[in-house]
Amino acid sequence: MEPIQQIRSRTVVLPFTNIDTDQIIPARFLRTTTRVGLGKQLFADWRYSADGALKPEFALNRPEATGCAVLVAGRNFGCGSSREHAPWALLDYGIRAVISTEIADIFRSNSLKNGLVPIEVDELTGQWLLEHPGAEVSIDVAGATLRLPDGSAVEFPLEAFVRYCLLNGTDQLGFLLSREREIAAYEQAARP
Amino acid sequence: MFQKVWEQHAVVAETPDTPAVLYIDRHLIHEVTSPQAFTVLRERGLKVRCPDRTLATIDHSSPTRSDQIFGGVPIAIESAATQIAQLQRNCVEFGVELFDLKSDQRGVVHIIGPEIGFTLPGQTIVCGDSHTSTHGAFGALAFGIGTTEVGHVLATQCLLQRRPRTFAIHVPGALSPGVTAKDLILSIIGEIGIGGGTGYVLEYRGAAIRSLGMEERMTVCNMSIEAGARAGMIAPDEITYSYLKTRPRAPKGDAWERSLARWHTLASDPGAKFDREITIDSSRLEPMITYGTNPGMVVAVSGFIPERRDDPVFDKALAYMGFTAGAPIGGQPVNVVFIGSCTNGRLSDLRSAAQLLRGHHIARGVRALVVPGSQQVKKAAEAEGLDRIFIDAGAEWRESGCSMCLGMNGDTVASGQYSISTSNRNFEGRQGPGARTLLASPMTAAASAVRGRVTDPREFLNG
Repeated sequence: MEPIQQIRSRTVVLPFTNIDTDQIIPARFLRTTTRVGLGKQLFADWRYSADGALKPEFALNRPEATGCAVLVAGRNFGCGSSREHAPWALLDYGIRAVISTEIADIFRSNSLKNGLVPIEVDELTGQWLLEHPGAEVSIDVAGATLRLPDGSAVEFPLEAFVRYCLLNGTDQLGFLLSREREIAAYEQAARP
Repeated sequence: MFQKVWEQHAVVAETPDTPAVLYIDRHLIHEVTSPQAFTVLRERGLKVRCPDRTLATIDHSSPTRSDQIFGGVPIAIESAATQIAQLQRNCVEFGVELFDLKSDQRGVVHIIGPEIGFTLPGQTIVCGDSHTSTHGAFGALAFGIGTTEVGHVLATQCLLQRRPRTFAIHVPGALSPGVTAKDLILSIIGEIGIGGGTGYVLEYRGAAIRSLGMEERMTVCNMSIEAGARAGMIAPDEITYSYLKTRPRAPKGDAWERSLARWHTLASDPGAKFDREITIDSSRLEPMITYGTNPGMVVAVSGFIPERRDDPVFDKALAYMGFTAGAPIGGQPVNVVFIGSCTNGRLSDLRSAAQLLRGHHIARGVRALVVPGSQQVKKAAEAEGLDRIFIDAGAEWRESGCSMCLGMNGDTVASGQYSISTSNRNFEGRQGPGARTLLASPMTAAASAVRGRVTDPREFLNG
């Protein structure tokens, strides 16, 4: 995972609540044994017609969405399945942060393992962002703040451990492996 | 109950700055969310720490047609065949037990764990699948994880976790005839909303829960994630113990007695505090069905599609479904009926569907697919002659698998078609691009198959 300090980008907005992981990447694209190249299937059934042509009206397909690295969506983004293919697809497409008033638990956890920054904001900020697609925002991981175009800064929850992992590109497996002594002791004591 | 299981498994307690290191007793894996995790192990030269705590099966992408499983016909979808072959290779290389394609123990991951007694009370259980919450029916702390975390558990048998909050759902009273565990959990999701459980572990309590059999309790816990909760739990009791006692991998003899003594201490203490609580009036529940594109968009089968003003997301859902606000849901046309999945693919589910279908034929033009949750469920159903009832009624009878629940294995619903499904998700495209899914109980699905339109199963029960 690459270290992330700052993200500066215009936003692309999907103004829907409860966007589930089946929309982010439909199940038929999970028949893969690698984690690469899933970006082309991101939001497949919203982005493409049945004949494979791009739907020009869909937000991600509009010319002004080109290069946007921050996705804004309605409440409860990423609900549903535990598929890590969802953050893999977003990252492969070029999205590096997701902003919503609520982000589903498993999606949030999977995002943090891959360097996709999940940002939960208050209702007012969320509403403003939904109403202003293309807003230029900047995200500071160290300070856990989102800066809006008017210069105001909104803090978002990002606990110290995951903040450290994002800033340093640290993979959490290394941390678990370093706890070998404690794990072995637990197994010794608790194994029924 | 949750706190007890959590504290018993905390290898390292959480601090304000760092998550807990939580020990995992049982790890279930399948072909779709594990290959990338084994790749990481291979790249880093790591082994599977506890192969005896790990069990693999093939369910999500496997075909359900007998000729592709047993008849020597190649698996029709090449990428599925590749994924299955990869799991077979990974299990051999890393020494993990696999219920392979032709094994009579194979089945949907959340059906087989309990079925063989791999799932036990008081355990921590994880799987790279969000419906792992199913195993909470035994008083286990069971939740879905992503593929990176599958790798963490394979390598260290541990996960880094923050302690969730607790949410008690009290269900006093008793369910009326024709109202099932599926109707209860759909009502609960409708009540608290699909994000209402986010950040919580649910605990289902009360007389209506206690009166449910283990298979019905699994149906309830299975859909906890559809309310946003990673886990749902029910305290173990005599019904739990009698279900488990004869299971092949449950403890035996003295070990059984010792386990039983430990399990008796699991239930939440009287007066236990929860972060949130609600009470559901079970006596007023009716058979339920979804009308929209998430499991919280649910009404009584006898009810009406709601009307909402100035809600474009709601309008989008109704447009996708081709439904009109204010119309009755009963009588809406049905093209496909799917009975199966980790929610409703157990023997009691098949029995309740068969009870309704006996002596009837499905309506002209309706396609019905009955997919047992495991090969053991299939065998038991055939021993009772349920397969004959389904086949005589005009339904297809298949090998076990996730099948039409998520349409990644060849079993799909065509665009624009209406499917009454006993599965767990009615998201857009879940059963195939453009497919329109209505979630319901096996009884409602069977009744609707016979009439070819959404039908209240109580019309059949009342003669």
